[in-house]
Amino acid sequence: MAKFTKKKKKGMDEISTASLPDIVFMLLFFFMLVTVLKSEEPLVNVSTPKASELTNIEQKTLVKYINIGSPINKELYGDVPVLQLNDAIASVDDVQTWVAQKRGELAENEQSKMIVSMKVDKEVKMGIVTDVKQELRKANALKILYATGKGERTK
Amino acid sequence: MADIAFLLLVFFLMVTQIATEEGILRQLPPPVPEDFEAPDVKQKDVFVVLVNAKDELLVEGEFMEIKDLKDAAIEFLVCNGVFEDLPVKEDFPERKWVRKAEVKQRIDETKALIATAPTDDHRKSYEGTLKKLERKMYAIEYFGGEYKELPGSALISMKNHNQTGYERYIEVQNELQSAINELRDELCLEHFGMSYKELYDEYERKKNDDDPSVEELQNRVYAVWAVFPQRISEAEPEKSVQYETP
Repeated sequence: MAKFTKKKKKGMDEISTASLPDIVFMLLFFFMLVTVLKSEEPLVNVSTPKASELTNIEQKTLVKYINIGSPINKELYGDVPVLQLNDAIASVDDVQTWVAQKRGELAENEQSKMIVSMKVDKEVKMGIVTDVKQELRKANALKILYATGKGERTK
Repeated sequence: MADIAFLLLVFFLMVTQIATEEGILRQLPPPVPEDFEAPDVKQKDVFVVLVNAKDELLVEGEFMEIKDLKDAAIEFLVCNGVFEDLPVKEDFPERKWVRKAEVKQRIDETKALIATAPTDDHRKSYEGTLKKLERKMYAIEYFGGEYKELPGSALISMKNHNQTGYERYIEVQNELQSAINELRDELCLEHFGMSYKELYDEYERKKNDDDPSVEELQNRVYAVWAVFPQRISEAEPEKSVQYETP
């Protein structure tokens, strides 16, 4: 009698998928931990310049953002560079109130360590940036960070 | 189970932005009172960088390309010698020798003053002086002997026009900063075998721990600061606001 023998499978055995859930969970936890849900919708176009002499801020909770650039919604806001505080287009006069508000969000012993990160578009002229800086000085928010991309040091 | 995990995973993958907080850190000066009068500084002690509305540079009264700015700033800081006497160049700040015996004596004097300070305010100001003296001492200890320090009024001053582009502004700030950082790097590599950034990052990382090496790191950073202080300032802007707000 002819025997029906199962043909031997060619190639390698399949990889066991038993550990797949573990791996997926691990990745899941990783992304859950590093995720910061962004509450702020950008209202202005910001493409920051590059620089090489960067400081990395470890304590991200201390950093508060001011965006300066031309508005995304041109029909509503025109195309002159403006600043964005929180979720709204604001004027330079609002900066001091904003600083007070942001400072209030921090614990008391950290209030003096607050860092204002200025995300400013490359195309913006210094006039508005200088005005914002003057307002920050008046509000006694003296630590500022010009947010930039990473570039190479020139020779 | 794995399905749900996958679903969540995909969700978090989509919403994640690994935030990078990097940039040029600056300390703004506190607002100046109206009756404030700027102290007299020797012209040769100030390195003046002006940027006009067309993004052109005027450095120490002369037109300059951005690529030459760093070398000019480095020359300003070190051309009169840091660890040795060089033929004096008149138009640049004159570094003065910091003598070990002198610093030691002044430290002792200041300590005595702190011990007998009549009020808290006095004590605080003496303690500030003591800190500065101690930093000089660290520099002497780490860099093998005495060095020459910049005069207190020496600084790099930058002024820009309202119509200067932000990109150019950052470029200038970056070049000036890299001049200082390069000098610091050179010093650190020679004496500590690591760059200034590596040294400083390690210090920042361990600062809040009870690591016994923190103090050593801190002293090293202070020593570098004593020789090459961070002195980039910006001129007070003139009052002429020329842009529209909505």
